[in-house]
Amino acid sequence: MNEKAGTQMVMLGNAAIARGAYEAGVKVSAAYPGTPSTEISENLVKYKDELYCEWSPNEKVAMEVAIGASFHGVRAMASMKHVGVNVASDPLYTIAYSGVNGGLVIVAADDPGLYSSQNEQDSRMVARAAMVPVIEPSDSEEARVFTKRAFEISEKYDTPVMIRTTTRLAHSQCIVNLEERQNIEDKPYVKNIAKNVMMPAMAKARHLIVEERMKKMSEDGYDLDINKVEYNDTKVGVITSGIPYQYVKEVMGDASVLKLGLVHPLPRRLIEEFASKVDKLYIVEELEPVIEEQVKSWGIECVGKELLTVQGEYSANLLRKALLGQKLDIEPAADVPARPPILCPGCPHRSVYHVLKKLKKHAAGDIGCYTLGAVAPLQVVETSVCMGSSISTLHGLEKAKGSEYVKDWVACIGDSTFLHTGVNSLMNMVYNKATGTVIIMDNSTTGMTGHQDHAATGLTLMGEETYMINIYELCKAMGVKYVREVDAFDMKGLEEAIKEETARDAVSVIIAKSLCALHKDFVPKGKCKVDKDKCKKCGMCMASACPAIHKDPEGFAETDETLCNGCGHCMQCCPFGAIEFIPNN
Amino acid sequence: METKNIMIVGVGGQGTLLTSRILGNMTRKAGYDVKISEVHGMAQRGGSVVTYVRYGDKVAEPIVEEGCADVLIAFERLEALRYAHFLKKDGVLIVNDVRMDPMPVAIGAAEYPADIIENLSKKYKVISLDAKAEAIKLGNARVFNTIIIGVAAKRMDFDKEAWIEVIKETVKPKTVDINVAAFNLGFDFI
Repeated sequence: MNEKAGTQMVMLGNAAIARGAYEAGVKVSAAYPGTPSTEISENLVKYKDELYCEWSPNEKVAMEVAIGASFHGVRAMASMKHVGVNVASDPLYTIAYSGVNGGLVIVAADDPGLYSSQNEQDSRMVARAAMVPVIEPSDSEEARVFTKRAFEISEKYDTPVMIRTTTRLAHSQCIVNLEERQNIEDKPYVKNIAKNVMMPAMAKARHLIVEERMKKMSEDGYDLDINKVEYNDTKVGVITSGIPYQYVKEVMGDASVLKLGLVHPLPRRLIEEFASKVDKLYIVEELEPVIEEQVKSWGIECVGKELLTVQGEYSANLLRKALLGQKLDIEPAADVPARPPILCPGCPHRSVYHVLKKLKKHAAGDIGCYTLGAVAPLQVVETSVCMGSSISTLHGLEKAKGSEYVKDWVACIGDSTFLHTGVNSLMNMVYNKATGTVIIMDNSTTGMTGHQDHAATGLTLMGEETYMINIYELCKAMGVKYVREVDAFDMKGLEEAIKEETARDAVSVIIAKSLCALHKDFVPKGKCKVDKDKCKKCGMCMASACPAIHKDPEGFAETDETLCNGCGHCMQCCPFGAIEFIPNN
Repeated sequence: METKNIMIVGVGGQGTLLTSRILGNMTRKAGYDVKISEVHGMAQRGGSVVTYVRYGDKVAEPIVEEGCADVLIAFERLEALRYAHFLKKDGVLIVNDVRMDPMPVAIGAAEYPADIIENLSKKYKVISLDAKAEAIKLGNARVFNTIIIGVAAKRMDFDKEAWIEVIKETVKPKTVDINVAAFNLGFDFI
């Protein structure tokens, strides 16, 4: 490894969080992959000789794994995307009462601008509700340093600490200084029912302690080193944190800035002092007016969301326009066709959706690459809410409209998502006498986040071989009588299975199986090639919009050899046998 | 030095990430402060992707703003057109002259714009080449982006040898030779 203490590296924000955790002596880390948090664990595993890290089946489990480690005196971390915090919120709200033994850090990665998410929620709001302190870094170096500080603060104040990041921070790189790993002794485990068993009598007492703790942290925030005041011209003052600090520096270099590292609880005295020294006060924060509303509630005059949006990412130009009223001399963007994401060449989901479309079935969808089955030209997925929701919403629509109605519908869920929170929903279908059909689109990986292992792949995050949970047997064990596995590219087999299972008056599962074409173990067997003498220009091969096939200037179908993964989907769609398979040598 | 702004745009899966990392490592090696911003997740599935590289004495924001790019590297024609307004008035546009139909074009819901390079050349300094065809001649279509890096490198202030060092350090060991050949091809292109 090229990462020696005392040197510098250009590092991704997420890699820097991993480095910070490593340097802080973290011993246990658990996570479920989710953009923009995934690379934290993928980088942490580089230090696996000195710590333990895992992919857990979901964020709730991950959080509880970290809590268990903390109870027993070691520094522990759980990382997740913002919506993962919702899944983990049950333990989060209560561990705030118990507090910690070993330092406990939760990384919540927000996604302003929705690069890869289903909503734009602000995790600071969750942390406020849960009474968990929040630390926010503004670049990779701070991500490293603040992560270390987060563990110290966690132990000092006996509280879990949330590090809040955003996509831009998580996926930007800058120069980071590397330090040695600290040698942190395990703290002894001491049985303490009043602190670690949250039932009403204990929790009542702990709630008081939590309130006191937050008050104390707010007071101590006055001279906490991660809150930084930069006095310049005092005509304009800005309170900001995280990535927006960089935009402020870019645009308002002369202004005085209070840059908050601790964004919850807010250091009230420091803010009041800063506000009293500047003539005009702005609050610059992406998403919700979390800082602004509190500052205003203290009777301090300031300007924030009156001028700045609660949606999307900020930028220097946005501040120039909104705060400085500048008119920018920028060429208008050209009006060009959009390029939305699409299923990859050789993606097994395409084949499943093609068959569903042909059979005029509707799909209750889920979270993964296969959510793309909602958009043209496939347009089979009609609903998608959150991880695991396909199966339970399918169940709900059956209970609303009856068992004949559900015959036109299926649930479509990936293997990793099924193991995340789909299992409970399937259990519910069996228990509550559903008759719907669930298609598990099993590509043997967590695809969209970049191919992480899970409980059914047979490998751990640490790279060790492990028991491979058998999804077929799992469904059977829960009492699903009709479970069958079909090759996802066998369109005839799929059609037959979907027709039979949706017609059945019993809950059924079809496992449509084929390895993700981007997986490192995927080896294309060959390429598809169009015989132009046989091509009738009908376009059937392009109906599912594989990026590797298009029309040539004369209107004949033509495959792109550099993109084609040889899945043969287009061959099965061609009514004239005009596409042949050229096997690789 | 005033901060320099480079943008790399393309279609998810074309390797904009690797390219931005090579540029970032180069500027770092030359002693500059550098920030790189990337796109991960869903957009990587064939969508329009953008990465930013900014370097100078001290870099604050990690993104390049509209009207601010010194160099725009586009791995595909339509993407060049989509992001051309990010260029400064005297900025340089380097385009891989290939066409990849986005979904709305593939399904007949939109037209692929005609004469993109001709039209952009009226406004900006444009260097275009079919790097993919050149890469295929070298024996691996995927190294087209290293050819483009070569073209860009010719217009930046770093030594050719330093570039080659960085490429050797950044790409997979077994692809070093072909990447260096691709870089040289691009560097000597125009």
